Amino acid sequence: MQKLLLLGDEAIAQAFIDAGGSAINSYPGTPSTQITEYVIKSKEAKEKGVIANWCANEKTALEASIGVAYAGKRAMTCMKHVGLNVCGDPFMNAAIIGTKGVIIVVADDPSMFSSQDEQDSRFYGHWAMIPMLEPSSQQEAYDMVFSGYEISEKLGTPVLLRIPTRLAHSRAGVVRKEARQQNALSSPSDPSSYVLLPANAKRLYRNLIDKQADFTKASEEMGYNKYIDGADKKLGIITTGIAYNYLMENFPTGVCPHPVVKVAQYPLPYNMINKLYDECDEILVLEDGQPFVEELVKGFLGKGKRVFGRLDETIRRDGELNAEKVAKALGFKAEQGDPVPAVVTNRPPALCQGCPHIDSYEAVNAVMAKYEHGKVFGDIGCYTLGFNMGAIDTTVCMGASITMAKGASEVGVFPSLAVIGDGTFGHSGITGLMDCVNEKANVVVMILDNDITAMTGGQPSSAHCKIAEICKGVGVEPEHIRTIVPIKKNHEEFVKILEEEVAYNGVSVIIPRRTCLVELKKHLNDKK
Amino acid sequence: MKKDIILCGVGGDGIVSVAKIISDAALNVGLNVKQSEIHGMSQRGGSVFSHLRLSDKPIFSDVIPEGKADIILSSEPMEALRYLPFLAKEGWIITNSAPFVNINNYPDIEKVMAELKKIKNCLAFDANEIAKTVKARSNMVLLGAAAPHLEIEFAELENAIRHIFGRKGEEVVNSNIAAIKAGRDAK
Repeated sequence: MQKLLLLGDEAIAQAFIDAGGSAINSYPGTPSTQITEYVIKSKEAKEKGVIANWCANEKTALEASIGVAYAGKRAMTCMKHVGLNVCGDPFMNAAIIGTKGVIIVVADDPSMFSSQDEQDSRFYGHWAMIPMLEPSSQQEAYDMVFSGYEISEKLGTPVLLRIPTRLAHSRAGVVRKEARQQNALSSPSDPSSYVLLPANAKRLYRNLIDKQADFTKASEEMGYNKYIDGADKKLGIITTGIAYNYLMENFPTGVCPHPVVKVAQYPLPYNMINKLYDECDEILVLEDGQPFVEELVKGFLGKGKRVFGRLDETIRRDGELNAEKVAKALGFKAEQGDPVPAVVTNRPPALCQGCPHIDSYEAVNAVMAKYEHGKVFGDIGCYTLGFNMGAIDTTVCMGASITMAKGASEVGVFPSLAVIGDGTFGHSGITGLMDCVNEKANVVVMILDNDITAMTGGQPSSAHCKIAEICKGVGVEPEHIRTIVPIKKNHEEFVKILEEEVAYNGVSVIIPRRTCLVELKKHLNDKK
Repeated sequence: MKKDIILCGVGGDGIVSVAKIISDAALNVGLNVKQSEIHGMSQRGGSVFSHLRLSDKPIFSDVIPEGKADIILSSEPMEALRYLPFLAKEGWIITNSAPFVNINNYPDIEKVMAELKKIKNCLAFDANEIAKTVKARSNMVLLGAAAPHLEIEFAELENAIRHIFGRKGEEVVNSNIAAIKAGRDAK
């Protein structure tokens, strides 16, 4: 079969197409974006009639997938780890339903390369009591999409596929499998399973509990989890996902002297872990993420043999795992290069030269300088980098700019300014704006419209070309919806508009609109 | 055969494209490849890097451990120094000597070059100048300069360029091939 050089993300996308996937509905978020993007751009997917959509947010995306699965077809929804919070509701309830034919791909970001936290999605999967897959290579990621759908359809459960940044954004050769036809349209065998009235839900939750033994059996028998024996039983090692690679990097011969349980599928393979515990003196747990398996295996009473890893900070609890950290935990002396010379200075990410956000923030700074106690509530996107211009005071989660500004203004913060991008406004800003209107909060909401979801690489923004209309529809007074082109020569006018709206006691929206420069360049190149 | 290469530079300078071309060529000659890169917020005009690992044996980690890199290939002189902890004792630094100044506190370039001169195996040259003469991007010139250290036939890199840039037309392919040739001959 054909061998392709693919990112982990792309391997999952290609497998989705090859495994007979019918529809992928997602919201972009680093490091998961390239999965859905690959399917959208794939000629093959188009020829097969595969649906590939960017949705308003992760919740709408996952609900669409549940709808696809309801119709008997294979569905996928992809997101970054914090996106799973946004779709927590459909996620937990898809588990109760026992939705067949759904894979939820969540890309975690240990070390926070492009995120606001390090949350580990395996806790969510465990909480929802569904099977999880955690590949250790691009090939395994590809293969696991096929297996994931088999598990999902055979055992009646959504499946969580968890990858960390390093797998999502690393390329390797991947051998394809023979393509499978898409499923035919059908209805659920038990139609009441999709009606979560308490009477049905009680029965379904009991089913989910009863299915746990099947999930564990699958983990022990499907072959992804391996017990790899070793002669030196002073130490036994559990690795999860790509942590296995960081372990083996320390053994150039390709043989680890200690017994290893290589975990790639959950629930944990209890038979293998029990065997390891019985045979070895101590257990080291290696995971790229939070100490999920370590906590499960160790328990909190701390009785029995020593189980160690991140919890006792043998390995630093924060940050991604790597071969050097594993070497240290094994007591090896890690090789070291020369230190970074003192002359090297930091080069942090910054807004591009000529970025429209710079003009918007210059207006914000000019106006806010006149007020001692004013606050600017920021949001998630390229414009978060406005922090480096001293322009924003907060960034918490998608949409929180508007709602935090509302909350703060109601207890006396003035002026209370929210700054949110067009993509994030579509994702979860609209409902917050409705709250503002309902309470006639004294806020100015700036919706920075650059025509695109820029930070993740230029996906369409769901509120595109209709932001002012949405604001009107939500109930913002039309005379307090102002637009401006954020360029240098409009600075004075921008400042004047902002001052006028700060002076208005009610909800104001200002929409500075100018296309993202990176996007503009891309368009010009495409036209060439 | 094993080559661990750190490619580094500043967001948007084409480092990922270089990594892709080497990976494509390596895969084509039957080597194992792992190439990790950074997307998202971290790439907006900030430092960027890609870890590229080639081997005729299985490769485990997607990232190169410290002190193990055979080559640091950098589009910018200060960025080359940032990854020094990764360089093996006998490893090579191949870097553009033209600074990219997008920060206020960029150090004195003479001091940067002095640090580079301390490295045992270092090739620093103005790739931007050479790129101008062949009307291509400097990233391709740097790829050419690294070519003799890759243990991959030069013709394989040309093939990879044809494979990856083919859809952009003959002109783009030819200017990129001219660029890697000019880079190979750079001193």
